[in-house]
Amino acid sequence: MNDAPSPSDDAAPSDQISVRHLTMAYEDFVVMRDISFDVSPGEIFAIMGGSGCGKSTLMRHMLGMLEPASGEIFYSGESFTRAPPEARGRALRRFGVLFQGGALWSSMTLAENIALPLEEYTDLHPAEIRDIATLKLSLVGLRGFEDYYPSEISGGMRKRAGLARAMALDPAIMFVDEPSAGLDPVSSRLLDDLILELSESFGTTFVVVTHELASIFRIATTSIFLDTNTRTATAIGPPAWLRDHSEDPAVRAFLRRGEAEHE
Amino acid sequence: MIEPSDGPSAAHGADGARVSLERAGDDLVIGLGGTWQIRAHLPGTTAVEAALESTPAPREVRFDSADLGGWDSSVLAFLQGVEDAAGARAIPVSLDGLPTGVRRLAELARTVPERGVRPEVPRGSPVRRLGWLGLRIYEGALEDIGFLGEAALAFGRFLRGRASYRRSDLRLLIQQAGADALGIVSLVSFLFGLILAFVGAVQLEQFGASIYVADLVGVGMVRDMAAFMTAIIVAGRSGAAYAAQLGTMKVTEEIDALRATGISPMEFLVVPRVVALVVMMPLLTVYADLMGILGGYVVGAGLLHITSAAYVQQTTAAVNMTQFVPGVIKGTVYGLLVALAGCNQGMKAGSSASAVGDAATRAVVSGVVAIIVACGVAQVISWVFGI
Repeated sequence: MNDAPSPSDDAAPSDQISVRHLTMAYEDFVVMRDISFDVSPGEIFAIMGGSGCGKSTLMRHMLGMLEPASGEIFYSGESFTRAPPEARGRALRRFGVLFQGGALWSSMTLAENIALPLEEYTDLHPAEIRDIATLKLSLVGLRGFEDYYPSEISGGMRKRAGLARAMALDPAIMFVDEPSAGLDPVSSRLLDDLILELSESFGTTFVVVTHELASIFRIATTSIFLDTNTRTATAIGPPAWLRDHSEDPAVRAFLRRGEAEHE
Repeated sequence: MIEPSDGPSAAHGADGARVSLERAGDDLVIGLGGTWQIRAHLPGTTAVEAALESTPAPREVRFDSADLGGWDSSVLAFLQGVEDAAGARAIPVSLDGLPTGVRRLAELARTVPERGVRPEVPRGSPVRRLGWLGLRIYEGALEDIGFLGEAALAFGRFLRGRASYRRSDLRLLIQQAGADALGIVSLVSFLFGLILAFVGAVQLEQFGASIYVADLVGVGMVRDMAAFMTAIIVAGRSGAAYAAQLGTMKVTEEIDALRATGISPMEFLVVPRVVALVVMMPLLTVYADLMGILGGYVVGAGLLHITSAAYVQQTTAAVNMTQFVPGVIKGTVYGLLVALAGCNQGMKAGSSASAVGDAATRAVVSGVVAIIVACGVAQVISWVFGI
């Protein structure tokens, strides 16, 4: 296995994410250049790298919130970057996103937060929607908090509620931005468990932006390392394998918290 | 043994920082002496630069720190200056003669790459700066036009019943924009009618024409002032609130979450706010008409000895539909402008607490400016059409 295998430019197999030669820039400032990788269905894919290297920016590109300077993103072999707005909207419905702070809509209760996507995209009866909201909340351990407002619960609970909302439409692909940010070790571990559980039970593909090593080693099946200095992806592979076998010292150092290698 | 010069220390009572320059063969040797403290007066690099300019140019810059006493980051700042000056002339600098602590810190400062250089106001000629400013204004105008276009499209979908928004949100926004504003609208319009009556009375009494205070207040309020004052109040209340609400939602990524769910923030957040003000402003304007006339009546009947019946009759004779309808239309337009200004500023707010405050401020300012400009335009139009 190569350190940074460059994916072929052939059409991707169905139901997978393919990023091809993506260059991200804010006007003239290039954040990352020429990033290519694939995420197979069911994988938990970690986007890792130092603070401010462009991890979240990459996620925003994958969600179509930012336009690439060059390159393309494919879902199930179809270009997302060049898709017309309606096709993008359809693709977005198959995604769930958990933002850093949960990003729950503050003017709505937890149940209403989960109900909104269901009201938008299904013909379910309000009572059924309410039942689904309760179910999703109980999956993340928040049963009984249906009528609480986001401001009335703790940060960890808000994140779990955000996960419940992201799962509302049973998405095929979940994007998670910094799951451990602002959480204590125990809550952070609980959230990791939840991600593993959902991945196993629903077969959901996860794209997780993180720099938390414990979390990376625990959940990620594959990972990509974005290097701040070279402004590109320097390694792709399972995190444990990269830690021991990567040819790039920066990758090994990152995965060992900068500690010396004891072999 | 630890050398006294091998670490940051502030030796008291020692002499000040000294720099000596010496040519040793092809090299320039900079001798550092005395105690270097950041609080004390420090030598600049002017003399060093002069020495670097001398012919023949030095091949290398070296340091001699045998006489250096205590030092702190001031040495590093001096060193940085020397390195920049030498670097500009492509002369290498050797740090070998410096204490190890200084060398280590200098290395540390060098290894961190320079990043995140953001575009700022360009320095240089005023023409350049003017051009930069012009481009910024042009970009801002494009953004605003884009916002208006998106809002118009979203409003079109709302009218066709295809916009996604929550009816409960709209009801709440209507209540906040309308019913909750009644108190302050009452107070301001009543007082404004009162003031108008006083101002008019002073002039009209000289001609024994006090009764025309009723005309002045009635026509003034109904035609222009009720809509105008209400709009200013609404700009301060609802316009600022909209900017702050949307700005905060941007900071907490709630707007991104809407987009990620495939819901247009324009339909979900902007349209209900615009609709709320467009629906409530005409009603508030009519209410302010009545309160203003009441204010005038209190002055007229109470202080100017006009009988109630005469005041009421004079008012009803003076005010007619050609004044009332344009007044209400103006109120509606002002409401539209205030809502758009507030939402626009909120949607383009930056991602910090102070940026949200700035957005609220700009929402009020641009809202008030828009009201005054629209008021001016309305005067010209009514003059042209002879209304």
